[in-house]
Amino acid sequence: METIIKQKIKEVKKGDQSAFEDIVSFYQNKVFHICLRMIGNSYEAEDLAQEAFIRAYTNIHTFDEKRKFSTWLYRIATNLSIDRIRKKKPDYHLDAEVKGTEGLDMYSQLAADQALPEEEVESLELQTYIHREILALPPKYRSVIVLRYLDELALQEIAEVLEIPVGTVKTRVHRGREALRKRLRHV
Amino acid sequence: MNCNREAIALMHSYLDGELYKEDERRLRDHLQSCPSCQEHFQELKRTTTLVKNATPVSAPPRFTANVMANLPKEKKRKNYLRKLQRHPFLTAAAVFFILMFSGIFTAWNQDQQVTVSKQENLEIRDHTVIVPDGVTVEGDLVVRNGDLRIEGRVDGDITIINGDIVESDSNNESESDNRLDRNNLRAYSGELTEVNQVYEWVWYHAKKTFKEIFTFEQD
Ligand SMILES: [Zn+2]
Repeated sequence: METIIKQKIKEVKKGDQSAFEDIVSFYQNKVFHICLRMIGNSYEAEDLAQEAFIRAYTNIHTFDEKRKFSTWLYRIATNLSIDRIRKKKPDYHLDAEVKGTEGLDMYSQLAADQALPEEEVESLELQTYIHREILALPPKYRSVIVLRYLDELALQEIAEVLEIPVGTVKTRVHRGREALRKRLRHV
Repeated sequence: MNCNREAIALMHSYLDGELYKEDERRLRDHLQSCPSCQEHFQELKRTTTLVKNATPVSAPPRFTANVMANLPKEKKRKNYLRKLQRHPFLTAAAVFFILMFSGIFTAWNQDQQVTVSKQENLEIRDHTVIVPDGVTVEGDLVVRNGDLRIEGRVDGDITIINGDIVESDSNNESESDNRLDRNNLRAYSGELTEVNQVYEWVWYHAKKTFKEIFTFEQD
């Protein structure tokens, strides 16, 4: 697939706009997924995902064809989402930590009280619940978790998408997963 | 093995597919002897499964079409031109029809006034544009709805629409021959195009538009 995409990118670079349609249609679910998990609601996610593709199109000449296209595209989508979160809550600490236990205990307690009965732990509600728990993560943990479980992206690739050291990705994935474990263990 | 420091870190590395065989064996040994780590590991695996299974997300309907409709416009025009360039035959036909419906025929009938592309030093008398003796027109000359008589020189191509190139007034047959000779061989340096039929007129426009499309490509 990557070779077909590369061919399409060449055509877009030459000015063939219609070749971009196949690229959008191939990646739309992935890009929408990133935006939805990052921002939370589907209207804003659609808006962000559209913007991501339009930016990819207008900046296609800066894309290095020796690299993986998905990495570049996911970076655009993630950065746009993080910018949007920042604009919505200017005083929100993007770098808020999910350290060990403090703060989380209270949350886990809350989650335990609202734990869903076994029979209700069914598709849609469970999905919504998990979606909310991912959204509750501070953005820097949220982004690595979303990328890690979208396509099973390897740590190295997440590092390339977010342009941060792989060691940092590793730490964030571990902490993000620990936080989710505490929040989801009652499900 | 220290549970919090080492065992949990190994669990995460395992879940990220980054655990060496040696460490994997050490982790397995520890899990067998430590119920608390075993529970922790089960919870992590379950979390992973839940997050993965919550994944299928589909873009809204018509997403791709909406993106395509919102791409920058000028690129679109270029794309349209590129398509035409790929099919020159189709282009000729398309240009022909566009001209047909965009009032070229009306223009042919209504625009009866004599016009000439270069006014300087030229005389217009009785529907005839005259390049006077001793005058040299630099560049191409287009005469519309009138005849053209060259007594001087034209340094370029000549296009006459709805008119003829005429000989200079002359009483003398041999002199007339001379003049004709001069017109043909020396009075103008470029090509002569005469357009005298509606069909030719449209074709002339088609060729012009066609040329413009292909010139655009070279930008
Ligand atoms: Zn242990």
